[in-house]
Amino acid sequence: MHKLLTDQPGQQMLLLGNEAITRGAVEAGVAFASTYPGTPSSEISLNLFQISRETDLYFEYSTNEKVALEVAAAAAVSGVRSMCMMKHVGVNVAADVLMTLAYIGVKGGLVILTADDPYMFSSQNEQDNRYYAKLSGLPMLEPSSVEEARSMMPYAFDLSEKLGEPVLFRTTTRVNHSTAAVTLGEMRPRQPRGDFVKDPFNFVCVPAVSRKLHVRLLENMEKAEKIAGTSEYNFTEGAGNQGIICNGVSYNYVSDAVTELGIADNTKILRIGFSHPLPQALIKDFLGGCEKVLVVEEGEPYMEEAVKAFAQEAGLTLPIRGKSADLFSRLYEFDPATVKKNIAAFFDVPYTPPVIPDLSDLPEIPQRPPTLCAGCSHRATFYAVKKAAEGMDVMHPSDIGCYTLGFLPPLSMADFVVCMGASAGTSGGFSKVTDKKVISFIGDSTFFHSGISGLINAVFNNHKFTLVILDNGTTAMTGHQPNPGVDMTKLNMDGFGRISIEAVVRAIGVRHVSVIRPYKVQKSIAAIKEALDYDGVSVVISQEPCSLYAKSLKELKPRAFYVTDRCKNHRTCLDELGCPAFYLKDDRVCIDPDLCIGCTVCVQICPENAIRPVKKTEG
Amino acid sequence: MDTKRLIIVAVGGQGNLLASKVIGEAALLSGVPVRMSEIHGMAQRGGVVESAIVFGDAKSTIISDGEADLLVGFEPAEALRALNKCNAATTVITNLSPLSPFTVAIGKGVYPRLSRIQELIRAKTEKLIAFDATALAREAGNVMAVNMVLLGAMTRTGILPLAADKVKEAIRTRTKKAFVEVNLKAFEMGFEAAEKGE
Repeated sequence: MHKLLTDQPGQQMLLLGNEAITRGAVEAGVAFASTYPGTPSSEISLNLFQISRETDLYFEYSTNEKVALEVAAAAAVSGVRSMCMMKHVGVNVAADVLMTLAYIGVKGGLVILTADDPYMFSSQNEQDNRYYAKLSGLPMLEPSSVEEARSMMPYAFDLSEKLGEPVLFRTTTRVNHSTAAVTLGEMRPRQPRGDFVKDPFNFVCVPAVSRKLHVRLLENMEKAEKIAGTSEYNFTEGAGNQGIICNGVSYNYVSDAVTELGIADNTKILRIGFSHPLPQALIKDFLGGCEKVLVVEEGEPYMEEAVKAFAQEAGLTLPIRGKSADLFSRLYEFDPATVKKNIAAFFDVPYTPPVIPDLSDLPEIPQRPPTLCAGCSHRATFYAVKKAAEGMDVMHPSDIGCYTLGFLPPLSMADFVVCMGASAGTSGGFSKVTDKKVISFIGDSTFFHSGISGLINAVFNNHKFTLVILDNGTTAMTGHQPNPGVDMTKLNMDGFGRISIEAVVRAIGVRHVSVIRPYKVQKSIAAIKEALDYDGVSVVISQEPCSLYAKSLKELKPRAFYVTDRCKNHRTCLDELGCPAFYLKDDRVCIDPDLCIGCTVCVQICPENAIRPVKKTEG
Repeated sequence: MDTKRLIIVAVGGQGNLLASKVIGEAALLSGVPVRMSEIHGMAQRGGVVESAIVFGDAKSTIISDGEADLLVGFEPAEALRALNKCNAATTVITNLSPLSPFTVAIGKGVYPRLSRIQELIRAKTEKLIAFDATALAREAGNVMAVNMVLLGAMTRTGILPLAADKVKEAIRTRTKKAFVEVNLKAFEMGFEAAEKGE
């Protein structure tokens, strides 16, 4: 049995934040869940996926976040408790549904989880999704800890049903990927079947209906604000005339700082866990008892601006500070020492920061950037593309996935990356206004996510570029989640369809389509050259399973190679491929047999034919 | 109770996260409050994986520069890179078996000498415990048990509020059954090596 199905209320379990969130949802009786994978939210999906195989919970990996929210919305308006999770930028994709779903509302609880990523550990920006709550008019909850992430989930579902609105549940990486002891709560039964009661004047958003629904949304926001005012998740701690208002993980740093600075006697903390609508009366009351207030929040001054406005309305003139050059930054994530230092500075209390040893005499330590795996098929494709385009003035729009890492030398195969699915769209633009040869990249999952529409646009508008679809048979970057092109029978799962990328591309109207196996170097180069010669949109589908995935499916039996004495140290392998299985020993290239998977790409490009398979020893 | 802060740095694939999990379970068994934080995602692809583990009543799950009580490096250059987490009172444990970053192979960096790494850490912190944990893991029966060797060493320091028997119990219940014996042996070897490696 999945550990998160343990029906023993009161038992303590060490859980990752994302497991605690999953557990909270299961305790709430969530019966329908959908997602598009994105770090730092992915483990919630993985756990719900596993749980769905043991229970009547419905779970799906959808093609993108917009579709994920659409299917979850349908379940929720039919009265089924539903959840939809995504990373922060995923909400941008889902935003179109979100804004109007707020008007329509839900019957069964719907929790939309947005996992924000301050410091961008694995993201392209660090947008603060609290503004989505403000923009859509939906209630937002923000846990501070792993323990609270669990307890807040059932509350979120109840709140959603009470208001008849989806609830936004905002986490940050530091909650998703922290681990702590969690006390299990009671499990409520799942109700996986619902019914849709026709009511077009509340569900069909034509202008006349929406005008009325917008009124209802504003009424709901008023109700939500009243609930926020008495919610157990907005609480005051301590007493005194200096105040701190904080949310999320910042509360942890504030709480530790107040203790360690010894100012607990005259400092009170207002922790906001129900952050939209902000509890206006509660905040005004808090401000009234303070001489000065510091707002401690990662990201944007979302609370700070509101708190200042509330103070103005209440006729209060106390100093309220937060983001500024001398206090908190809008950049990156907070840490305990920074919060301590700024609290000490603002309230004028002594603080001696820990003394870090003088590190000026340290030698330069070589960087260890993330890189494409040994034998990664993307590296092989990049090499073939480079060879095919030799002598041309080329640029490479790329997309979001493992292959984005190809931007690093020696491959240097990404020149413009903005968001999921944008490589085809941006390629069209570049091809219209520059004289460069445009060769762009997109992964299989990303192609289904939103790359298709860019390609359709390119065909219709007669753009001219070559799109290379890197089809490694899985969504590799986030940990091998399925996408519509994946063969689910390999996972021993039936009842799924499978979409051929080649058939889709041809159906869109791309005239020049070729399918290559990138480990076959010369054939691949030849096919890509032909594609580059085509006057219009051409597509090359490069098919080779992700080596990690193939290993996990036991489809790949690694066969190591080694460099023989014939090597004349040209280092073509190292300089042009840069596979991490290579290393230098006494200035000679060697291959680490534990890393080499035997893709043979280096074997094929070695000018001396010096790379040979390691003979298996008997026994 | 007193707050103790532990940083573990490793290269993706060295078993840092499993070691952290065992520590967390041992703390749970001991009734010691514990909060941990890890880096997932992109950093795992051959990059550095860092875990922060905070014991005691603090609410934070990460550790600021200069605030670690104990730093454990599964890889020597990574131990050196993480020195900013230390102060003059910090104890450092490092494996002495290097994993050369790929950047060295392509000529974008030079791996520092092992003797220099130890000299520098020794000069800037309270105490350095350094030994070849990879060799011990191999001796214990599985080169992958380097995390268990280092777990033994960190338990031996007595800095963490965890008794050896609780850590061993966590190894028994939280690591794969087939590896439990090797893991326990590796733990013992690391525990002993920590005395000699000072």
